[in-house]
Amino acid sequence: MTPMSMIENSRQQTPFRLLLIVLLSALATGLGYVVLSLPLEDPGLSEQVTAKLVHSGVSNPVTAVLLNFRGYDTLLETGVLLLALVGVWSLGGIPQQRSSTRPGPVLDTLSRQLVPLLILVAGYLLWVGAYAPGGAFQAGAVLAAAGVLLLLAGWLPGARFSGLPLRIALVTGLGIFVAVGMVLILLGRRLLEYPPSFAGSLILLIEAAASLSIGITLAALFLGGRPEVESRR
Amino acid sequence: MEAMTLLQWAFDGVLGLFLLWLAWLSLASTNLFKAIVLFIAFGLLMALSWVRLDAPDVALAEAAIGAGLTGALLLAALARLDSKSGPKAFHKEDDDPDVHD
Repeated sequence: MTPMSMIENSRQQTPFRLLLIVLLSALATGLGYVVLSLPLEDPGLSEQVTAKLVHSGVSNPVTAVLLNFRGYDTLLETGVLLLALVGVWSLGGIPQQRSSTRPGPVLDTLSRQLVPLLILVAGYLLWVGAYAPGGAFQAGAVLAAAGVLLLLAGWLPGARFSGLPLRIALVTGLGIFVAVGMVLILLGRRLLEYPPSFAGSLILLIEAAASLSIGITLAALFLGGRPEVESRR
Repeated sequence: MEAMTLLQWAFDGVLGLFLLWLAWLSLASTNLFKAIVLFIAFGLLMALSWVRLDAPDVALAEAAIGAGLTGALLLAALARLDSKSGPKAFHKEDDDPDVHD
């Protein structure tokens, strides 16, 4: 049975649709009740964050939460992104039609001009994340945008770089994150419990590695498959 | 002051309604390309909503990842779908014995 005919069959089944309506109404009522029963004025954890912000190493509360107070979550997020790419790579190689397309002169010139600017913007977002909105994920996304632009303009990573160098770049973010956590455990602290005097530098180190890896991971996801590796002797 | 608050309320209301409308259009569209473009437009308006909610960090991430990269990924996936099994191959599936290999 094809997916299309399954959809048509389910359209004809009125009892099924009625059951769906009842279930969805119950869900909507439940959600509405939960939302209405929330306390109206709840400061959340913002007071605790503001109180401890001095020790976090950064002055932007969002970065402080993401990379310091709640660093474990961000560590796992980087892992999830890497797992997504492994999943895509397990499906096979790059689709063929991509390498044969030739970009027009406008796209070709524009991509050459824009990519350095995008890399600069990514660096700025990474640096400014300590004081203002910005940070590793935003910087990584801008890097990935540069990568996608290059891929659209017909550029492909050389076979020399798509083996070990690409894999090292992909795991650097997660690797440095885990390494910092492990070193801190060995020093007798808890996982990702930075010493306040080094917190700022550690966060910048982790964020720099993470933005590089996030950018390359997202661009590799756009590539849509495992790139060809130079054949071994 | 009064007029500004009223204007902000109106803006937020229109923004919220537009979001719901775009979401519905994107979900209900049978043309996949149109659905993706509507999804990207939805992402951009969503980023605007995050700015209105005083969450510029989330707005940046939404605009870059939610609208930009996810849109590009979806378009790339659509291009792959078209090249592998175009509309013709899809309809032929039922009566073509070669497909069941």
